[in-house]
Amino acid sequence: MKTIVAKFRLYWPLTKGLQSGLLLATGVAGYMSARCPIFHIGTILGLSGSLFLSIAGSTVLNMWWDRDIDAKMRRTQKRPSSAGTVSPEEILRLGLVLSVIGVGWAVAIDALYGLVVFAGLFFDVVIYSMWLKRRTCWGIVWGGVSGAMPILAGRVLGLGGFDWIGITLALGVLFWIPTHTLTFSMKFFDDYKAAGVPTFPSTYGFAFTRTTIAISSVLAAVAMGAAAFGIGMAWGFLRLLGVLSAGLLMLAFTITFRPSDRVNFSLFKYASIYMLAAMILVVIEVL
Amino acid sequence: MTRFMKMTPIDRMLLLLTVLLAAYQIVVGIDGLSALPIIAYTIAFGVLLVAGLLLFILGFDVLDSPIVVIISTIIPLSLSLGLVSEYFASYRTPYLLFAIIGFAAVIITRSFTTSEKLPVIVLAIIHGIAGLIIFLLPIIFAISGKAKPGFALVGIGGGLIGLVGLLLSFLKTGKPILSRERIFKIFPGLLLVMTATYVAGFALR
Repeated sequence: MKTIVAKFRLYWPLTKGLQSGLLLATGVAGYMSARCPIFHIGTILGLSGSLFLSIAGSTVLNMWWDRDIDAKMRRTQKRPSSAGTVSPEEILRLGLVLSVIGVGWAVAIDALYGLVVFAGLFFDVVIYSMWLKRRTCWGIVWGGVSGAMPILAGRVLGLGGFDWIGITLALGVLFWIPTHTLTFSMKFFDDYKAAGVPTFPSTYGFAFTRTTIAISSVLAAVAMGAAAFGIGMAWGFLRLLGVLSAGLLMLAFTITFRPSDRVNFSLFKYASIYMLAAMILVVIEVL
Repeated sequence: MTRFMKMTPIDRMLLLLTVLLAAYQIVVGIDGLSALPIIAYTIAFGVLLVAGLLLFILGFDVLDSPIVVIISTIIPLSLSLGLVSEYFASYRTPYLLFAIIGFAAVIITRSFTTSEKLPVIVLAIIHGIAGLIIFLLPIIFAISGKAKPGFALVGIGGGLIGLVGLLLSFLKTGKPILSRERIFKIFPGLLLVMTATYVAGFALR
């Protein structure tokens, strides 16, 4: 028992629990946006379990692949993968086991849902991490596509197919991701430079990056608003979503025209709260 | 140089409750009204909500920003606009004009003038009128029986927002009524009580 607990403690940081949890929340919200009540316990558990394992699996595989650059960055050098507290072979095994169980479980629940979950994992690990991350700063777009897959997968599972609302919800997450990751790449500019990872700030400069954040924030807010309207969200919830979006836009435009580390940090934090709150609104709306 | 003051977990909990109350008011507390009051109240509680979130994220240091004075003008102006358009419909358009011109005047005098007195005078007039409406209108309506007694709570909230405004304004002018530390210590609690009285007052009218 002690060994299991010790292993769990060692492996948990490899899954980035908070990030995986936020992506899982988008998946559950996507499912419930199709007016599927949370009381379908079996399906909700299956969705949550398969999605979490797939997301955690892809995160662990990314850590395994990126362990050399993580070791060069102050922010990530204490991760078990880069600090060497878990061997690369063990990390690879863990990532593969989680991914295979997660995607297999998803396919067993519904083939189309499983396909979308697999697409998310494939875009994240193969296209983003293995192929593009070290070559071009535009790799984050594909990282964003993979981040948008859980909400689309949830919607597909609830609906049995694709529709414009599912695509718009996915676009909302896709456009939200640069707001989150680009502020991060500005905050840890030196780290990424030391590791030789191309980022928007190192390729195009800070001003261009800030403008990109502002534009992507506008697009994220528009997409989330359109999807919420399409779902048939009540006016009260739409008003609240509008207020939260206004806060996001205010911060995005502030870092464009009056940049500072403090506003940059607050946008980074606020963007996470914004997405979590938007997902909670979608869920509450159905309850 | 301003001193850094750490936010305690209790402060953060109080702010989170404020944010949740403001969210509740936006979602369900103002349903069934006409367009202008809904917009005005949504702006008022929306600013309160976003400000609460930013305080939660950044801590008290965010209150040192010069933009706080401008942002904090929006809350009383939009709340009073909502009240006027609900209870004195014939004054709706003139008060809307007053709110827009008043807000523009605060921004212009804070951003583009070199005078020290003018921004303070403009701010005092705008806050004074809006604050009096929020404080007096609900209390008078509650006493005269035109609204249920609970509506007076909105007036009490108006008094509290005036107190918060005064404390912050005097702090910024360098002549604080209370020390910076003491203001920040009571600020989250004051913000929560103020929001709670608004929400309760609107629910009980």
